[in-house]
Amino acid sequence: MSTLHIDHVSRWFGNVVAVNDITMSIGPGVTGLLGPNGAGKSTLINMMGGFLDPSTGSVTLDGQPVWRNESVYRSIGVVPEREAMYDFLTGREFVVANAELQGLGAAEAQRALATVEMEYAQDRKIATYSKGMRQRVKMASALVHEPSVLLLDEPFNGMDPRQRMQLMDLLRRMGADGRTVLFSSHILEEVEQLASHIEVIVAGRHAASGDFRKIRRLMTDRPHRYLVRSSDDRALAAALIADPSTAGIEIDAVDGGLRIQAVDFGRFTELLPKVARERGIRLLTVSPSDESLESVFSYLVAA
Amino acid sequence: MYDPTVARLTYRALLGRRRAAILFLLPALLLVIAAAVRMLNGADDQVAADLLGGFALATMVPLIGVIAGTGAIGPEIDDGSIVYLLSKPVKRSTIITTKLIVAIAVTMVFSAVPTLIAGFILNGNGQQVAVAYTVAALVASIAYSALFLLLGTVSRHAVVIGLVYALVWEALFGSLISGARTLSVQQWALALAEKVTGDGLVKSEVALPTATVLLVAVTLGATWFAGRKLRTLKLAGEE
Repeated sequence: MSTLHIDHVSRWFGNVVAVNDITMSIGPGVTGLLGPNGAGKSTLINMMGGFLDPSTGSVTLDGQPVWRNESVYRSIGVVPEREAMYDFLTGREFVVANAELQGLGAAEAQRALATVEMEYAQDRKIATYSKGMRQRVKMASALVHEPSVLLLDEPFNGMDPRQRMQLMDLLRRMGADGRTVLFSSHILEEVEQLASHIEVIVAGRHAASGDFRKIRRLMTDRPHRYLVRSSDDRALAAALIADPSTAGIEIDAVDGGLRIQAVDFGRFTELLPKVARERGIRLLTVSPSDESLESVFSYLVAA
Repeated sequence: MYDPTVARLTYRALLGRRRAAILFLLPALLLVIAAAVRMLNGADDQVAADLLGGFALATMVPLIGVIAGTGAIGPEIDDGSIVYLLSKPVKRSTIITTKLIVAIAVTMVFSAVPTLIAGFILNGNGQQVAVAYTVAALVASIAYSALFLLLGTVSRHAVVIGLVYALVWEALFGSLISGARTLSVQQWALALAEKVTGDGLVKSEVALPTATVLLVAVTLGATWFAGRKLRTLKLAGEE
């Protein structure tokens, strides 16, 4: 069981502040590090992984500094975002090299390759791998020494849905085993499926910490927005606006559909299908246009 | 101090790249020229010394040093794959010394060995010319590798800077300004070659003790500094 402590950490590059006075603790289980592109997620992960020194503040793993301390890598595994690997090696050679650098050998490498289900392509050159295959081999190289802390920067980029599910299962299992798993993402669905605990970074600041849905629900002063497309938008709009759970409806003439602002979340979600059925209106699209990460971010930033 | 896995990755990266073609081309060129000179001119000690000094030591050794020295680490830092070495419980100084050893070995194999063969082709090692330049190439391999490995850790333009140093500083300024010669790996190496032949065939601008001190100082200094740079190497983020 390991805990990463980030204590009043700031990092700037010249005049640009990438990370601004962030304090957080990442403990056992799966944590999602969320934020729009350019929010400072990679900078923060690089500091957690000891690849970048904080301009101020400190990053420690169970009391040990991470920066300029090679011994922490016995307990940290890193899956970098960048694609570059040793392309001239085969997948197996690459993972074996990573195992050897951890003082381990071919047996551990083979087990890691099996964990990510890459044995079938392990003797092909990495240069021939797809993005998802590369991602899995990177994952194997990070798992080879069974680290207690796993840091993953945008691990689902470029993976197809099946690979994504597999990796999510794996990370879930690792979290359940009591390992500290931190992954960054800018995609809401990934985080919703994998991590209940999230840390939100917006413009270099620590905007929120905790359960994502709870954070959203707490912002009750904000109406929930839905995009609804149906067989008869105007009839549906007239029926919905009659109920107090709906505060406003806009007809989107350009894209088609209704933009609905619901003030009573629970009541609206029951009302919509009932009204549609009663009037014989077919619902074609119902999407919460609002519970997307971007809008949560914008609320958090505005708050 | 030495990690066999780092060494394996380094030499495979060095020899697996397109740049590695130069490692084979230059020595081949030297051997072809040597054979042609011998056939057209016969064995001549002075010609042998001029060719080995002018082409092998002045051009080939530094060029191969640039390829091997910068290539041992530069591309990994550029594309970020060095993260797989840095995220391991391996001392950064071990990574640097291992890469230096590989760079030295590659430079020696591709520059000193062909120099020796060319020397034998040219005049059958008459007056010890072949051995003298081979010793010079071996010594220069060490210093160039250390220097260009450091360059690879500090600059993204290591190859260009290395080429400018090797070709402009060593070759051009070295022949125009005598002061520049004192600060030239080539001249230090020549000081050793001069000692081996001893017959005025090889001339160095630098006295042997000075040359030895400078060679050792540059090699150790560059290696230490490269290790320090790697310890605090920052990997840029997404921005």
